[in-house]
Amino acid sequence: MTAGPDRPEIHLLERELQLELEAAQPRIPRLQLRRPVAFLLLVVGILVLWEGVKLLGGTPWKAVGAGPGTPVIWNPPFRWAFANDLNLPHVWNIAYAMGQPFQRGADQTLLQYLVGAAFYTWREAALGFVLGSLLGLALATIFVHSRLAERAFVPYVIASQTVPIIALAPLIVFALGQGVLAVVVIATYLTFFPVTIAMLRGLRSFDPRALELLRSYGASRAGVFTKLRLPASMPYLFTALKIAATASIVGAIIGEDTGAIQAGLGRVITTFNQYYATGPEKLWAAIFVAAILGVTFFLLVRIAEIITLRNRPSIDA
Amino acid sequence: MSAAAGVAGRPAAEPSGPGGAGRAARAVRDYAPAVLVAVGGLLVWEAVIRLANLNAFILPAPSAIIGALIANWNGERFPLWQSALNTIIEAVGGFLIGTTAGVVVAFLAARWGGMRAMLLPLAIAANAIPIIAFAPLFNTWFGLLNPLSKMMMAAVLSFFPVMANVTRGLSGVDPSQIELMRSYAATQSTILRKVRIPNALPYFFTALKLASTLSLIGAIVAEYFGGQGSVLGRMIVQSASALKFDITWAAVSLAAIAGIVFYLVIALIERIAIPWHASSRSEG
Amino acid sequence: MAGSADTVPIVRIAGVDKVFAGREGGRTTALSAIDLDIRPGEFVSLIGPSGCGKSTLLRVIGDLVQPTKGAVSVNGKTAEQARRDRDYGMVFQAPVLFDWRSVEDNVKLPLEILGKDKAWRAKRAKEMLELVELGDFTKHMPYQLSGGMQQRVAIARALSFEPRILLMDEPFGALDEMTRERMNDEVLRIWQQTGTTVVFVTHSIPEAVYLSSRVVVMSARPGRITRVVDIDLPRPRSEGSRETPRYFELITEVREALRAGGGDVDDAGTPSAARTMAEGAVG
Repeated sequence: MTAGPDRPEIHLLERELQLELEAAQPRIPRLQLRRPVAFLLLVVGILVLWEGVKLLGGTPWKAVGAGPGTPVIWNPPFRWAFANDLNLPHVWNIAYAMGQPFQRGADQTLLQYLVGAAFYTWREAALGFVLGSLLGLALATIFVHSRLAERAFVPYVIASQTVPIIALAPLIVFALGQGVLAVVVIATYLTFFPVTIAMLRGLRSFDPRALELLRSYGASRAGVFTKLRLPASMPYLFTALKIAATASIVGAIIGEDTGAIQAGLGRVITTFNQYYATGPEKLWAAIFVAAILGVTFFLLVRIAEIITLRNRPSIDA
Repeated sequence: MSAAAGVAGRPAAEPSGPGGAGRAARAVRDYAPAVLVAVGGLLVWEAVIRLANLNAFILPAPSAIIGALIANWNGERFPLWQSALNTIIEAVGGFLIGTTAGVVVAFLAARWGGMRAMLLPLAIAANAIPIIAFAPLFNTWFGLLNPLSKMMMAAVLSFFPVMANVTRGLSGVDPSQIELMRSYAATQSTILRKVRIPNALPYFFTALKLASTLSLIGAIVAEYFGGQGSVLGRMIVQSASALKFDITWAAVSLAAIAGIVFYLVIALIERIAIPWHASSRSEG
Repeated sequence: MAGSADTVPIVRIAGVDKVFAGREGGRTTALSAIDLDIRPGEFVSLIGPSGCGKSTLLRVIGDLVQPTKGAVSVNGKTAEQARRDRDYGMVFQAPVLFDWRSVEDNVKLPLEILGKDKAWRAKRAKEMLELVELGDFTKHMPYQLSGGMQQRVAIARALSFEPRILLMDEPFGALDEMTRERMNDEVLRIWQQTGTTVVFVTHSIPEAVYLSSRVVVMSARPGRITRVVDIDLPRPRSEGSRETPRYFELITEVREALRAGGGDVDDAGTPSAARTMAEGAVG
């Protein structure tokens, strides 16, 4: 094969043709390992970059968890402010801090404490997620069945996408009092917007010929809904639920941060932020746990999606 | 071909009755319910609070909110206009930084497939991670009182949808279009200019609309985590904790208006920049 | 091959194999031992069941796919050189028009790439659109045209830079029967006016017989040429040609050749068609 400036495209075209040839043959589903491996590589890449930066331009390296006066292991050639131990602590020091008590004299380690806080936040988020999804589903169902309701309310649901609705969070906290209720309400309304909008499309995404077929059987509205509209909307629902999973956690964290309750990750992040100068590792650890919580919730929804949609032709991007 | 003239595509106008009258009637039918809900909702809201003589604590009457907005426009304790301006500067600044970075990375990713393979999981992860949890760190890095710390939060939130969408637009070209260009022996740079970039423009504008809202959210949420006082986020938190909810609502309204205007400006630019897309969409 | 001795062929395909390396080490033989000569000004159709490699063969001629073995020469050059010399005009099953360009600008696209000056581009686009009888639609956007009209734009575009060879990959596969027959007459008229060599991939036996000077019958697994049928229907052909006994005899001959090759023909909606259309709808 000759080399030319436009050669790389050939592989793409050949694959297209080849897929065409293979299309007739049945395909055995295989466990997809590429995604997780790529993700793992990404995490490793970030950690390498992180420590690489500190290797070049941070504060002198010392042993893990070492106090002042301990010998210097490595002295980086540059002194970049953003890479010093305050702004960018060592990965291993964050890991070490996870195993230490979360505050002086506490009997819980930081990790135990953070996992507890994450569960607390997740419970609020999940409750809001469920309520918001049900609310969104109910509203979308009404809107696709009533033109009048759709014309009256849908413009506002759509317009809400352009408005930073999270600005309402502090208001809700002070309105509903400091408690779990306010946090759940915030998580709920951050969930119901994407679900409503996606289901407005999803509940209409069926094949119109299938509707004619069901009509020819004399199916009722309810029958059309359960046999056609709802199954056809599932891919849209899960797309929205994945967005909502993260949004509900964002809502819970913001709700906690703006002063609703004295527990949960949002509160922990605010507290550790105040004591950042004495323990930057703690805030980093809390943020990591928040990230992991987000990814875990997202993956739970993704697994539900895979199970629900397992028999559908995949349009995996 | 005479038959061809007959099938001159889908006609632009729908089969409407007597011209303008039919269109007006349809406009009334389409928009009246929404307008009625808005006007009716505001009136009922105002009426209930006045008639029931409620101590409109949490939910002040619309007139009270407008009153608070005017009274505090250049207020001593709650300077709403200055705050809105500061927040908009943070959001727009972050939006510009984030979208520029997103476009640059997307072009690099479209050029090097390996980079795309690395970015995809990053984009997915970014969707799953509550990025706003990083706001306190940004405050430490860029300075609590420096608007840059809020800008960077807005930039990070804007970055991911732009990066993901533009990458998709640049690489998700119909293979036949590439084949066609190859049959003309077109160079990669010609394919980029004539096929990939035009193909990516609708994706780009979709991302810009997302980013406009996200950048405002990023700025306001970062403000919740502390910083200079005269910004909408602080106005909202402080007025709510001072139980001056009319001011809170006024600040929230300003944030909402900023969001809508930002979005509309981008939608307008989209209409001008890619007219083929908007018109083919409205027809479909 | 019958009657290929008297003139120098414009396309010479000698001993071409194409093997696609599949996933998990599997290999698919798309083309096996293909020999074919095409004379200048000929109208050659490639016909065969899905997966017989007729589209792959078309792309091997057009240097969009590299053969695993064997050689293709065009006008005495390699296929790659021919592509760089802009000897090929391609027309696909989908019109592959660019949404963001008007009808006229779509036709001008190859001329821009060839670096022709502006005045010439405009003149040429106008001529070509008049040739396909779309002179009144120059400023329209693609989405405003019907499927048949879009495909005519694609043909005008393919002819705009006067390529030596027109490669058409099931160009009318997505059209209804009436439009398809009208388009067939259109293509014949253009072919006679321009004198271009045409290689035409199709699923339809009547279409292949009506249009071609020769029909190349292929069979699948592995893709190979099983017969070449000379079409001796007199030119110019028109509606009347479709009713002559000879036309039906030739159709029968091609059908039997296909059956002998063990293929099922006329299964419209190949996977590629479905995919291209789905993508078009999304974009």
